[in-house]
Amino acid sequence: MKIAQQSGDIAIELAKRQREIGVAEFFSRNRHLLGFDNKKKAILTTVKEAIDNSLDACEEADVLPELIVEIIEMGPDRYRVVIEDNGPGIVKEQIPNIFAKLLYGSKFHTFKMSRGQQGIGISASVMYGQLTTGRPARITSKIGSKKTAQYVELILDTQKNAPKIMKEEEIEWAKDHGTRVEIDLEATYTKGPQSVDEYLKQTAITNPHATIIYTNPKAEQIIFPRATDVLPAKPQAIKPHPAGVELGVLINMLQWSDSRTLQAFLTNEFSRVGGDTAKKICENARLLPTSRPKEMSREQAESLMNGIKATKLINPPTDCVSPIGAEALEKGLRKEVNAEFYSSVSRPPSVYRGNPFIIEAAIAYGGQQPGDTVASVLRFANRVPLLYQQGACAVSKSIIKTNWKPYGLSQSQGAIPVGPITILVHIASVWVPFTSESKEAIAHYPEIIKEIRLALQDCGRKLSMYINKKRRIATEGKKRSYIETYIPHVADALIELVELQKSDDAKIRELLAEILEKHRGKLEDIEFDPEANEEFDEEMSKIGKEQETEDGEELNDDD
Amino acid sequence: MTTTDQSKVVLKDIKDIASGVYKTILARQPPKVDMPLRALSNVKYDPKEGFFELLDQKKERTLTASTIKTFAQTLRMMSLSKELIKTNDIATKREAYYVSKNWGEARFNEQPESDAVMDDIEAMLMVNREQMGFIPEEKGGDVAGKLVVIDKDPDTGKEIKIDCTKMGTGAYSVPSSVEDLKFETNAEFILAIETAGMYQRLVKHAYWKKANCILISLGGVPTRACRRFIRKLSDEKKIPTYCFTDGDPYGWLNIYRTLKVGSGNAAHINKYFCVPNAKFFGITAQDIVQYKLPSHPLKDVDIKRVKDGMKNDPFVQHHKEWQKALNDLCAMKKRAEQQALAAHGLNFVISDYLPEKLSNPKSWLP
Repeated sequence: MKIAQQSGDIAIELAKRQREIGVAEFFSRNRHLLGFDNKKKAILTTVKEAIDNSLDACEEADVLPELIVEIIEMGPDRYRVVIEDNGPGIVKEQIPNIFAKLLYGSKFHTFKMSRGQQGIGISASVMYGQLTTGRPARITSKIGSKKTAQYVELILDTQKNAPKIMKEEEIEWAKDHGTRVEIDLEATYTKGPQSVDEYLKQTAITNPHATIIYTNPKAEQIIFPRATDVLPAKPQAIKPHPAGVELGVLINMLQWSDSRTLQAFLTNEFSRVGGDTAKKICENARLLPTSRPKEMSREQAESLMNGIKATKLINPPTDCVSPIGAEALEKGLRKEVNAEFYSSVSRPPSVYRGNPFIIEAAIAYGGQQPGDTVASVLRFANRVPLLYQQGACAVSKSIIKTNWKPYGLSQSQGAIPVGPITILVHIASVWVPFTSESKEAIAHYPEIIKEIRLALQDCGRKLSMYINKKRRIATEGKKRSYIETYIPHVADALIELVELQKSDDAKIRELLAEILEKHRGKLEDIEFDPEANEEFDEEMSKIGKEQETEDGEELNDDD
Repeated sequence: MTTTDQSKVVLKDIKDIASGVYKTILARQPPKVDMPLRALSNVKYDPKEGFFELLDQKKERTLTASTIKTFAQTLRMMSLSKELIKTNDIATKREAYYVSKNWGEARFNEQPESDAVMDDIEAMLMVNREQMGFIPEEKGGDVAGKLVVIDKDPDTGKEIKIDCTKMGTGAYSVPSSVEDLKFETNAEFILAIETAGMYQRLVKHAYWKKANCILISLGGVPTRACRRFIRKLSDEKKIPTYCFTDGDPYGWLNIYRTLKVGSGNAAHINKYFCVPNAKFFGITAQDIVQYKLPSHPLKDVDIKRVKDGMKNDPFVQHHKEWQKALNDLCAMKKRAEQQALAAHGLNFVISDYLPEKLSNPKSWLP
């Protein structure tokens, strides 16, 4: 009895502590899910999230992006990250929610290709900054030349997942329009392959329409100038395709729908569903097309899911994905790698789980690249460089599953090939499936892996043609020099036989050399010429290849 | 035509070919030399002519990776030949090979390579290597019996007579060049013998006296000089030649066939270097049965040789008798050596075998 009394007390005691865990609180404790595992990665994630937003905003507003990135050392392990863009700016009312509320954003609900997608990134950075330094984030934004700029100091209330404004004022700002974000955070700045420097460089490769002016903590300024004045084709927003919808999302959509019948719901809320298809889905789901969406139960929603699965659907439209293009991709790679051979491909659109996507790949072979190291891999998703979690990424899996031996590279079972090669893969999609919220690795969807492999094989075939040609020329060169070895002997013997003058020797040799050239064709010169690649930017290429200068905690923490 | 006249022709031919090559170069065309392909696949057998005659398949040497080296070597070798003829000198095949060691990358690595290039030039010019100033090292064969060879003293040029009946248990050795030899004989036939052992037995017991013949030891496949010696002797003195070898495919196809019609490799000179009137005495397949000769089983190489002969040798293809003989041998799966006759007594070959063969031309093969 006493024991029961006691356990009852404990339950009451426990109940006092049991309460809802705020989403922000959850993430603040699981910061690794958002890319804040360590101090080195924190600075990169912060820059990345801000840049994603800036580039998306500029493109949305048809503005050629011009970004200013500054990292200032404030003290031991303390840095200030400043990102300024020339985008359309943010209206006063929205600033707090965008920068200090997790899962708030314009991109999650539209099916449209963009860099950010969940509405977590920048708010998570603000939260990380305030947790490690106690300082609020400082936002300046201006939406037009005739307006004054809005200046706000913000923190995120982690319990409520809501912004808290610390200071707010209108100020003069010389810019016509744009947004400036300043976040102080605990971090470590390093150089090397997973540094901010490398990240910005790779961003410049896949975003040739952007200018980035970067000042690092050593006060070195690096400018990545715009390579083209043409903005990428603006991606179109599409409605979700039924094949990609999950039950929870479907229930939500049913709840919020304005449609009065199930048939109308299906045709209004999804792409590629017309009246006939909607009826077919209802039939397969054993539901009346006239059911009211708002009144549907969980079980009915599940039947609807099954009905969708059982119905043959037209693939989603693919014009909503905007690729970089094979040519621009190769141009970017030429900037970064001085190689002897380049090849690139932009695959036709394909679909995974109802989401359209496009795979693009480019390779650079030989030249100044070392031949005895593992291929270097550059991964991009919607033009954003992926620097971490290479091993877990679908790109790596596809590279491993591709047989590179026929293309003249050596490759061990289940490994990235070894050789003088750089492999670049870009996935563009309305919804890039990352393995986690920190958006570092692409999930292993079979359709995606297959498309990447096809793209790599396409590049590989061109590479093997080049390597074969190179081999042929080498063999021909060898044969020719072998033949040339005996030309003096032919000349000597002829002088003796025909009783010519010793001085005729040079003439005979010259004639024989000429005949040889004429009859075997001109030997094509494909020797690597380091000066031939005019795109190559040696200074830029060095960025990110330095040894880590500071005490980086882990050089390759996950690879 | 005397040797000197022939040499002048060779000299002119060499110069003509070289001038042709030179003119081609001046015309900015790839220079080349053509020469007959020396192989069984490029010969035909006409029993009226009596020897393997070259067909017209050619091989070409020019500015390609696979032929440039031999092209240069061919020209170099022609140049060496020209030099030898002009200075009235000779070089053995081995010496020619060593001369090539001065040719840098164009030198020969092994003597068979230089021999082959020499044979190619022979074939190209349709002469024999002695006319080009090259001589072989090998002996021509041993001779004993009713024959006087008239040669010249190399020193004085005076004629000397060599009586082959007066060699005791030794022998007269066929020189490497036989063109200028003359003969005196009243022998009834020439007996060409494969093995030195059998030859020794016949000499020891002066078989030539008993049978009034000339004995010649071939010592395996007969050399060119030996073939030429027998041919000259047989033609000039109108005496028949009988060939006596082991009863196996090597004795028949390599030794006898080369003696009679020449070889594929030397097809360009077969006309002079074979003995078309030669007949085969034995050992035949029939002999093995008839004389109950001790035998050995046929080896794999023997069977392969028979198959090759049936398939590729125009001589075998022409003579049904030889096809039958080869088939019989294969059916018996046996081969027998000349010396196997000793099973019936050491001198059985002299007392019985050879007399019986002589008296029974039906037992010979063509």
